[in-house]
Amino acid sequence: MNHQFIVFLKALLGSCKDLLPIILVIAFFQFAVLQQPMPNIGDILVGLALVVLGLTFFIYGLEMGLFPIGESMAQAFAKKGSISWLLTFAFCLGFGTTVAEPSLIAVAKEAAIVAASGGIIADTLESQLSYANGLRFTVAFAVGFAIVIGVLRIIRGWPIQYLILGGYVVVVLMTLIAPSWIIGIAYDSGGVTTSTITVPLVTALGVGLASAIKGRNPMIDGFGLIAFASLTPMIFVMIYGMVIS
Amino acid sequence: MDLLFEFLTTLKNTVIDVLPILSIILGFQLLVIRKPIPHIKQVGFGFIYVLIGLALFLLGLEKALFPLGKMMAEQLTAPEFIHAGEQVLTSIHWTDYKWVYIFAAAIGFSTTIAEPSLIAVALKAEEVSGGAINANSLRISVAIGVAFGIALGSYRIVVGHPIHYYIIAGYIVVVIQTFYCPKLIVPLAYDSGGVTTSTVTVPLVAALGLGLASTIPGRSPLIDGFGLIAFASLCPIIAVMAYAQLTEAKTHRTNKKLEKRKRIKEEKRNLNRNNEAP
Repeated sequence: MNHQFIVFLKALLGSCKDLLPIILVIAFFQFAVLQQPMPNIGDILVGLALVVLGLTFFIYGLEMGLFPIGESMAQAFAKKGSISWLLTFAFCLGFGTTVAEPSLIAVAKEAAIVAASGGIIADTLESQLSYANGLRFTVAFAVGFAIVIGVLRIIRGWPIQYLILGGYVVVVLMTLIAPSWIIGIAYDSGGVTTSTITVPLVTALGVGLASAIKGRNPMIDGFGLIAFASLTPMIFVMIYGMVIS
Repeated sequence: MDLLFEFLTTLKNTVIDVLPILSIILGFQLLVIRKPIPHIKQVGFGFIYVLIGLALFLLGLEKALFPLGKMMAEQLTAPEFIHAGEQVLTSIHWTDYKWVYIFAAAIGFSTTIAEPSLIAVALKAEEVSGGAINANSLRISVAIGVAFGIALGSYRIVVGHPIHYYIIAGYIVVVIQTFYCPKLIVPLAYDSGGVTTSTVTVPLVAALGLGLASTIPGRSPLIDGFGLIAFASLCPIIAVMAYAQLTEAKTHRTNKKLEKRKRIKEEKRNLNRNNEAP
């Protein structure tokens, strides 16, 4: 018990250290640059305490729950030897975690307002909603596809750089022909897809797979799934923009 | 009491977000793998900790950091702050926004250090590499990348250049670096681009972009406000590969030094031996 408490305290201290830069930046800009008093300081202190506690719990649970389950599932699939089930799982994981992602929902809504005011789609709530949903499903499909490709790469041992660089070439070529209003949204959609819970799971899945398959190096082959998940949404969203216009 | 209620609401939302992931995992575990989850109790508690942690984290952000960060972004981009004293806006010059760039870089760096998913990936990388990759150095290099990316992105909004020139130039740098940097780091570097932009960074950065684009004449918040996140996901790739290249160059140099020292010692020894044996 005592030992666990010390571990917890250490984690708490680590979280404080992680948060220190934010506090310094905000304090510096508030007092030195903007030269204004801190508004409702009590709220802010409570909030900071919550953030520190939250980060500590998250990291604690990460090592206990998320990493082990990702790796044990990867090993179970590798033992089972059924590639089609593994790929189905990969797609579901990518699609399922992205379609409900709050930041993606927010960005899609914002993008629908842009499109409506730009006259790309009709300025009604209904068409905005269908545009936003279309965008969301496009991105979710793209992430599912990305995880499938990434898992296939781990199984086959393809070098990552050719796939990613090939993807870049596609992105650049698509940028030339895609309508200009979709480009900013498409580029951003690559970044917003991977949530705080998806990342540890997907990382553990990749590393677990690479360690379970003979001849794969977990460092070289295990990482890279998230890279695909941030690349394919750009391509798919640009296709979506081209289809719509 | 209010706080508890807010916490419960946030917890409920977090649970709803996690439900699809949980059902996929359980579905596959029970229907396809058909084996009980190993260490189910520990994993279950871990999941609960993650949920509670995330809910507390989000609540704290909403209470403390987001309102403050957004307010500062608005104040820093407000014309009254930038053109203090000048009554008539004749033209804007990109140097007028120097505090904005500094703020962008500082907030990008500091939020990335606190980003939970980056911590997760860095911990895993340290574990997998057997300590060859240090979790903290990795996080700092990613944070430097994000800082530079967001500052550059704000500059782009101020001057109004089209985004794709920057992104394509960034891709070219990535391609060149890929060929010259240690192979071990490449997948991790590519990953770090997508990892950086989640819970903490996105809302603050979006507020900054929106604030900038809506106050600068000639920029549309709807078109120019987007795109900062793209910079924040591209630059860390470059930064992480650069970090690997620097480390490699350093170890290379120390190895060379060690070798040289060894060689000199051996030569001395040989010389001594030759002298002793007449």
